[in-house]
Amino acid sequence: MQGYLIASSTNILAPASTPARTIFGLSLFVLGITALIFVVVAGLMVYSVVKFRARATDAAREPAQVCGSTQIELAWTVIPALIVAVLFLATARVIHAIQDTPKPAAALDVIVVGHQFWWEFRYPKLGIVTANELHIPASDRARPTPTFLKLTSADTDHSFWVPELGGKTDLIPNRVNQMWLDPPRPGIYLGQCAQYCGTQHAKMLLRVVVERPADFGAWVSAQQQAAIQDARVSAGKRVFETNVCINCHAVSGTAADGRFGPDLGHLMSRATLASGAAENTPSNLRLWIQTPDAIKPGSLMPAMKLSDADLDAVTAYLETLR
Amino acid sequence: MSTNASAIENIQGIGRPWMEVLHEWVTTVDHKGLGLLYILYALSYLVIGGFEALIIRAQLMHAHNHLVSPQVFNRMFTMHGTTMIFFVAMPMLFGFANYLVPLMIGARDMAFPRLNAFSFWLTALGGGLLYFSFLGGNGLYGAGTAPDVGWWAYAPLPAKAFSPGHSSDYWTIALLVSGLGSVGTAINILTTVLCMRCPGMHLGRMPLLVWLNLVMSGMVLIAVTPLTAAQVMLLVDRYLGGHFFDTQAGGSATLWMHFFWIFGHPEVYILILPAFAFVSEIVPVYSRKPIFGYPVMVGATVFIGFVSMSVWAHHMFTVGMNSYANSFFTITSMVVGIPTGIKIFNWIGTMWGGRIRFKTPMLFCLGFLFQFLVAGLTGIMLASSPFDWQLGNSYFVVAHFHYVIVGGLLFAIFAAFYYWYPKFTGRMLSEQLGKVHFWLFLIGFHATFDVMHIPGILGMPRRIYTYEPGRGWDTLNLIVTIGAVIQAAAILVFVCNLAVSYWKGANAGKDPWDAWTLEWSATSPPPAYNFATIPVVASRRPLWDLKHPEDPDSRYE
Repeated sequence: MQGYLIASSTNILAPASTPARTIFGLSLFVLGITALIFVVVAGLMVYSVVKFRARATDAAREPAQVCGSTQIELAWTVIPALIVAVLFLATARVIHAIQDTPKPAAALDVIVVGHQFWWEFRYPKLGIVTANELHIPASDRARPTPTFLKLTSADTDHSFWVPELGGKTDLIPNRVNQMWLDPPRPGIYLGQCAQYCGTQHAKMLLRVVVERPADFGAWVSAQQQAAIQDARVSAGKRVFETNVCINCHAVSGTAADGRFGPDLGHLMSRATLASGAAENTPSNLRLWIQTPDAIKPGSLMPAMKLSDADLDAVTAYLETLR
Repeated sequence: MSTNASAIENIQGIGRPWMEVLHEWVTTVDHKGLGLLYILYALSYLVIGGFEALIIRAQLMHAHNHLVSPQVFNRMFTMHGTTMIFFVAMPMLFGFANYLVPLMIGARDMAFPRLNAFSFWLTALGGGLLYFSFLGGNGLYGAGTAPDVGWWAYAPLPAKAFSPGHSSDYWTIALLVSGLGSVGTAINILTTVLCMRCPGMHLGRMPLLVWLNLVMSGMVLIAVTPLTAAQVMLLVDRYLGGHFFDTQAGGSATLWMHFFWIFGHPEVYILILPAFAFVSEIVPVYSRKPIFGYPVMVGATVFIGFVSMSVWAHHMFTVGMNSYANSFFTITSMVVGIPTGIKIFNWIGTMWGGRIRFKTPMLFCLGFLFQFLVAGLTGIMLASSPFDWQLGNSYFVVAHFHYVIVGGLLFAIFAAFYYWYPKFTGRMLSEQLGKVHFWLFLIGFHATFDVMHIPGILGMPRRIYTYEPGRGWDTLNLIVTIGAVIQAAAILVFVCNLAVSYWKGANAGKDPWDAWTLEWSATSPPPAYNFATIPVVASRRPLWDLKHPEDPDSRYE
């Protein structure tokens, strides 16, 4: 993962993918028109307040009692109507351009499943299941390889939002939504859940790792390997397999096949724990297993109440899952 | 003036046993008494909801703050939103409508005084139930108290699986009960306006305030009922094994969204039309001119009433509607901007050529005009659905709707307080404190809500109890919090003004503002029967006709 710039911002005005860029163009147009309206109308307001303020000299008299004017009313009905027509046409064009884009054959498919409070990413054609850090290839302008996401939810509503790559799309149970991304530049793009989904909505963070095609290929083949079996940590593996860890988590080649929590088969290939709430370091991992509330209060990971020895062993085991 | 002085003593209950005074307030069916009850009720909840906002802002002051737990934070934003909409804004506007509509149409009371009292006490019960949840409910986390599902309670969060305790039941029943109260009041206002107008006041001569409340009441009937229906369905889901919104049994989460926003968006206009109503009465009086384009203002209001019923799914641009649905709700949402724009132009037209007097009510109206303009323009941005895919559910939206509700509605409500308080109590509010209140609140408002747009543009979603450092959100959030404290100080000045002026304010007389509508022909406060003889009107400004017999409006209408 070294060598990639972590985007320090989640600024919608710094688009890095076609949908985000298209929206940015429309935003500038809408901003321009609304700014113009603001200047004209606020100007009229300020002018009339200053010009027609009561002065000591004429305070006793009432001004001319004017009730209205059909011509003026007509003017300030027709002009806004024309502005609305223009804004609508510009908007409809962008809606169509983003929503109705056909999927090219070279597109990568990813299924995104929202969970309280983490992200599951499944690559159906590649046989990969991972969590919280979405890896996708950079898309070349000449030979585009966009990523098409199918989004759904396992529990409550969520929303996928990585501002620099595109607008948000909700993840809703019993419903499959779709969106696409085609960032040309490798890098790490940040985002987070944008639909209130429960206690730890705030720490349902999200990152998209955009890689050069060769790097992405290497990541794919590493993820496709079965989980490492290392005899030196068999004690930790036994702790893992004989506790309730396996009810929620999966590690290929072991008894663990839970679907409720993230797949841990390649846990150490991820930079963060608890959906971005903490950096993936041995001490954080140990703390996360011991007292999840210290990192993410209200998360659905239970405190495992292991002895210190078991805790060290299971941490050591998980650290081998590269 | 002697009748006036005794009327003040009567309302202040000087020299009477307090039990008797209390009994009178609790059993009153007088529209003025109920109007004041609504207003006082709403004011107390404004303070409570304001405290909740301050807790939210204190928590968001800087990144990774640990002042309150996520559970408490989630309860605070749920309670803040629910309180401010259902137990501040709605009762406040019903209160003013109750007090003013009969007076302005020359009637002696509302059409159904007992229904009126019933509706108020239902609303009061609703608020009580909502807050009883702090004692009686369990939240999402199992050990919580007040509801923490957000004020939209998006399915399936309030389902049994995710809200095991009773907290969301309190939310549901509170809204159900107060919703019935709202429908009762709406029927009452509709009937009163349609059947109780004084001789000569045909529809074309009604004050705009009455017109706007008429349209508002019609919208309440249409919009609140789906919400009530949805609450019943939710209760069926939770207790009778229904599966309307229970996604784990094949229910639909988007169905709830449709029900909620079919209520939720018209609700915004239900709230803002009475604000328009206040401004449409106050701006002419302080500009010393009649409202510009009265028929167009009425037409624009009715048009808003109809179109606002077909814009609800602009709250749902990100739920995955197809491009045609997104385009439809884009155009309807933008079209609402046309009649709203016409209204702003007509208010400017009213000031144009006038002699504007900058009393406190007018200052608040000017604040309203400016802020409502900005809110309308950010609304146009959000109506442009692709722009909404970025801005929706971010702090930009939070800033936008607070611009509407605080910058628009609350400023108009303050204007109404300063304008009609003399009528309600017979005492003037202090102009000095009023100006301090105005400027403090204006500064606080802009520090909070101007700045709040920016974190949204920088990718900060709403409803998060804490956030990561290093995204450029920290300083902005600190400024927003400071602004909130300044607003709280302004509210304190306002409450002091209300209290001090009640005892020490200058005597108001019948008509302190030299105004033109019928309520100013009654004493301040008006007697129980309002008018000794039912007035007869010949124009939209009956008091202008009285004061200017040489040039009455009735000559031109």
